[in-house]
Amino acid sequence: MACAKPEGEGAPGGSEGGAAAGDVVVICRCEDVTLDEIRDLIARGYTTIEEIKRITRCGMGPCQGRTCRQLVLAEIARATAKDIASVAPGRFRPPTKPVRLGGAVAGAPGPDVEGFEGDGDEQVR
Amino acid sequence: MAMNKCADAVIIGGGVVGASVAYHLAKRGFGRIVLVERSYLASGSTGRCGAGVRQQWGTKLNCLLAQESVRMFERMDDELGFDRSIEFKQGGYLLLAYTDREMNQFIKNVELEQSLGIPASLLTPAEAKAIVPMLNISDVLCATYCPTDGHANPFHVTYAYAGAARRLGAEVMTFTEVKGIVVENGKVARVVCDKGNIDTRVVVNAAGPYSGLVARMVGLEIPFWAERHQILVTEPVEPVLRPMVMSFSRRIYCQQTPHGSFIMGMGDPNEPHGFSTESSWKFLVDMAREITRVLPPVGNLKVVRQWAGLYDMTPDAHPILGATPVEGFYLACGFSGHGFMLAPVTGRLLAEVICDEKPSIDITGLDLGRFERGELVVEPSVV
Ligand SMILES: Cc1cc2nc3c(=O)[nH]c(=O)nc-3n(C[C@H](O)[C@H](O)[C@H](O)COP(=O)(O)OP(=O)(O)OC[C@H]3O[C@@H](n4cnc5c(N)ncnc54)[C@H](O)[C@@H]3O)c2cc1C
Repeated sequence: MACAKPEGEGAPGGSEGGAAAGDVVVICRCEDVTLDEIRDLIARGYTTIEEIKRITRCGMGPCQGRTCRQLVLAEIARATAKDIASVAPGRFRPPTKPVRLGGAVAGAPGPDVEGFEGDGDEQVR
Repeated sequence: MAMNKCADAVIIGGGVVGASVAYHLAKRGFGRIVLVERSYLASGSTGRCGAGVRQQWGTKLNCLLAQESVRMFERMDDELGFDRSIEFKQGGYLLLAYTDREMNQFIKNVELEQSLGIPASLLTPAEAKAIVPMLNISDVLCATYCPTDGHANPFHVTYAYAGAARRLGAEVMTFTEVKGIVVENGKVARVVCDKGNIDTRVVVNAAGPYSGLVARMVGLEIPFWAERHQILVTEPVEPVLRPMVMSFSRRIYCQQTPHGSFIMGMGDPNEPHGFSTESSWKFLVDMAREITRVLPPVGNLKVVRQWAGLYDMTPDAHPILGATPVEGFYLACGFSGHGFMLAPVTGRLLAEVICDEKPSIDITGLDLGRFERGELVVEPSVV
């Protein structure tokens, strides 16, 4: 059997629409991540929100992705020509709202049940 | 339609260990190398870890492996040509002793470390407080400190290794799962993936906590279990904590990343073996209690996120590295909670073994056979 040729760094993805070239559009305000940065990563083959989050910190700041998550999903959907509903939304992790460590010491009100569900280890596909 | 191909080596697992093995094999020109990862790179333990790198260990072998890895982390940004930094920050590790037993162990450890050229030293509580002013030293007996320990960004290290491997011609297949391995006449012949088969004579098992399951695909049982460990991160603040602070008896560690957030974790001695990665409120409460005793001002910080990952544990808390009774099947697993820091040197050692070179550090004692021979190398200093 013949060996297939190694593939390159990922397929270049086209992205059009939205902001005009040259504009600096900040997608994640907590971590200062721009639209150009997101598009560049998608073009290099990082087409899941989990990867983009881990490379750029997008969505890892105090607001935990409340605004940027949808924007990144829309970009991924556009670049991969998918319906946004079919792009894996990534996992939300607890706590649902920031908790002060000193306030979490035993005796503090808890458990914040809402924030502790569904953080299992299903793999993203 | 499934795609079949062939390779000179297939590495199973796209965590930091698999990525490092792929890079080091590619660098040696071993031929066609394929890294297979069932999800995205660093989706397993690697992307969930504390990413601390310490050379303060209780066995000579762990000291030597970690010391060499530190040298490799120091050069990594230049060597791998990644477009972001791996963020290796050498702020040191400060280990705290609260019991006589711990103190005696620390005295032995420092003696060993110094004999190997690791710049660790034994400190009084007051000297420790000079390094970490917010430290509560009321019940600390002594501390050890090594200024060249530190931590790095685990995603960036993994992506940097994988990117460099790709540029050297390796193929990285993400979202591809290994379902089986075909052995013919005692030799590895083929890897069966959900996307097709790969003919190969060499397979490296770097499947992290799932390595036991992958080993069974060739009929090997390895003494090995997975264990959940939880961890959390706070909002970012100004830099105030230079070293990683760690206590074995309290089972905690805490560091401030270059980004400003505090990352901290805690082991639970009653944690059952298994693959659960659920987060628990109990962890947050236990962690908060311990950390506010050790570093009281940290109580003012807000936790923005918590998560859990798996340790890949062996009975002696040392990894299992090298060849196995199945020809062509190699192990790089069982890192027992410190596989991030050992990944650079592990990748190089595995590549040396596979290429029939003399390993640059003698790892014959870390083979799978040690468990049958009863020659365990027990590490006393783990969280
Ligand atoms: C909370 C926590 C804190 C930690 N802190 C530290 C620390 O401070 N310092 C340190 O050095 N270490 C630390 N560790 C340990 C460290 O994370 C691991 O030892 C290290 O990441 C192991 O890397 P790996 O590549 O072997 O495993 P992983 O990163 O788990 O990679 C294995 C990969 O194999 C893939 N895989 C499994 N089965 C298959 C299959 N059948 N087909 C295809 N792919 C498969 C998985 O998806 C996974 O991505 C910590 C771990 C945890 C959980």
